[in-house]
Amino acid sequence: MIATIWAWLSDPTNWSGSGGILAQALEHLRLSGIALLAAALVAVPIGLYVGHTGRGRVVLVNAVSAFRAIPSLGVLFIAALLLLPRLRGDLAFELPSLIVLATLGIPPILSGVYAGIGQVDPAARDAARGMGMTSWQQLWQVEVPCALPLIFSGLRSSMMQIIATATIAAVVGLGGLGRFLIDGQANRAYDEMAGGALLVAALALLIDLVGALLQRFVVSPGLTPATRR
Amino acid sequence: MIRLEGVTKEYAPGHAAVDHLTLEAATGEITVLVGPSGCGKTTSLRMINRMIEPTSGHIFIDGQDTAQVPAAKLRRDIGYVIQHAGLFPHRTVLHNVMTVPRLNGWGRARAESRAREVLELVGLPGDFARRYPAQLSGGQQQRVGVARALASDPSVMLMDEPFSAVDPIAREGLQDDILRLQQELGTTIVLVTHDIDEAIKLGHRVAVLRQGGILAQFSSPADLLAHPADDFVADFVGRDRGYRALSFQQADVPVHPEEPVRIGEQLQRRGDQWLLAVDAEGRPQGWVLPAEVAEAAVALEHLHRGGTVSAVDGSLRSLLDAALSSPSGRGVVTRDGVLAGTVRAEEVLSVIQSAPRPDGTSIQGGAGDSDGAAAGVGPQQNEHR
Ligand SMILES: Nc1ncnc2c1ncn2[C@@H]1O[C@H](COP(=O)(O)OP(=O)(O)OP(=O)(O)O)[C@@H](O)[C@H]1O
Ligand SMILES: [Mg+2]
Repeated sequence: MIATIWAWLSDPTNWSGSGGILAQALEHLRLSGIALLAAALVAVPIGLYVGHTGRGRVVLVNAVSAFRAIPSLGVLFIAALLLLPRLRGDLAFELPSLIVLATLGIPPILSGVYAGIGQVDPAARDAARGMGMTSWQQLWQVEVPCALPLIFSGLRSSMMQIIATATIAAVVGLGGLGRFLIDGQANRAYDEMAGGALLVAALALLIDLVGALLQRFVVSPGLTPATRR
Repeated sequence: MIRLEGVTKEYAPGHAAVDHLTLEAATGEITVLVGPSGCGKTTSLRMINRMIEPTSGHIFIDGQDTAQVPAAKLRRDIGYVIQHAGLFPHRTVLHNVMTVPRLNGWGRARAESRAREVLELVGLPGDFARRYPAQLSGGQQQRVGVARALASDPSVMLMDEPFSAVDPIAREGLQDDILRLQQELGTTIVLVTHDIDEAIKLGHRVAVLRQGGILAQFSSPADLLAHPADDFVADFVGRDRGYRALSFQQADVPVHPEEPVRIGEQLQRRGDQWLLAVDAEGRPQGWVLPAEVAEAAVALEHLHRGGTVSAVDGSLRSLLDAALSSPSGRGVVTRDGVLAGTVRAEEVLSVIQSAPRPDGTSIQGGAGDSDGAAAGVGPQQNEHR
């Protein structure tokens, strides 16, 4: 079993070409990237607003758990059914999947941003105000930089989820590494299925690693445990 | 000058945390707000830079009603030292201190050189600048907090229990630094503490608040000790205020010559008389008993360090304490750190008996009237303003 999976993975012909592993991985990343961007565009401003002002905290907490309960495959089919007749071309296929992926990516970012702002040392916030920062300056010069570790974990776990779930885009005929799972199942090619699953996991880990590296550059050393004594 | 005029703060209607407080903090002086926990010190202080808006009343800084100045602008012009420092954890010490100059639109280079200057001023030179707050001790953080407040050279500075988080020794050092800085810079400071000793040490004027934010007494430290306005103040000021009042009195006390021995020297003298040991520069190090030294050279392990040391022009309190704490009964006094001689407790006491008090009274006749002669005996004497 392991040998056949390895054989499939190490066969160079599986990697090249338009339906090959590389091309599908890139397509997978493209979809995931767009979804993450969309999720962040929605979740970050809301998280910042709630965290900074303290308004709408209860609503946010409830919304996050409600969001998490949404079954992604169900939404995908509903979105596909509703949107397919109305849209043309590639968009018709992609948009439902992107909506699902973005929806799925929102809760981790939202709670990361909100919790990040919430855990900023009250003394530091007080100092920011006391030094004469405007509300906007307090947010961008103190709260956001101090919240970055948690904002990053939110973004990273959102990205993990999106990458893992982007697999289901293949169900409605889109590209991505999910193709190998769907097509493999259809052809009863279990080596292809298992190989595809492994690739999805590998891709998620790789991107998380990139995120971790980025975090090390962006987050102030003053906030990392290693700096503290 | 900062002037609070009938300032009231009610967090809940009908429950005043600060009640019609009227107070003037003179320019170039340290005004201390002191009182028991929850009496409204922090609230009063934070109303000055509009961190808290008064329910009623007005606050003027150099004649300008602070309510007319945009809050953020007002705060940038006022140095603010926050309890427990409240440093920005993501910024280095240098960038913490650069905060207000940068907010005021200074260029990076100018803000940085100013920040290094004030860090030097508070005793954190060079390599501290690159550290993060998490890499500093509590006392060092407090110093950075002070430096940050000083960076834009404010004429007014507010300090909320700036030294509460540090041990007593470090606190003394910080207090001395503040006194020195204030003298050098002439900053108008309003400082909050719950420690009456700190209030008396630092304040030119001390405002004692009681529960509910009511001003119980506002006077000089010496006056506070000599003439507590009522039982509450007398209680709060505490015991041994007669002794503590000596901190504000200076007078010439006879200084006797003292023949010291040097550390590392062989003793020439014998007997059971205590001898004072000094180092190579003549700074007093401690007392030795010849019997304990025997034939050896005087070494550090022979020293008895129980005695305190007073400057020759120190307060009567420190002179008396030097005499009382010395194992030999001879109180060590120094001039610029170098041994100047010794004083005797009975002579310090007789000087105390006859010296004029800061409030113009004395224990024996002197400048005071008969009424003042009884001052400090009990809390019930006439109110002195
Ligand atoms: N935000 C607030 N809301 C409601 N009540 C408050 C608030 N801040 C302070 N108080 C109350 O106002 C009173 C004065 O508080 P304040 O913080 O000024 O006291 P303080 O003298 O600084 O005390 P401490 O020495 O303990 O710091 C207290 O009774 C406190 O409970
Ligand atoms: Mg307080």
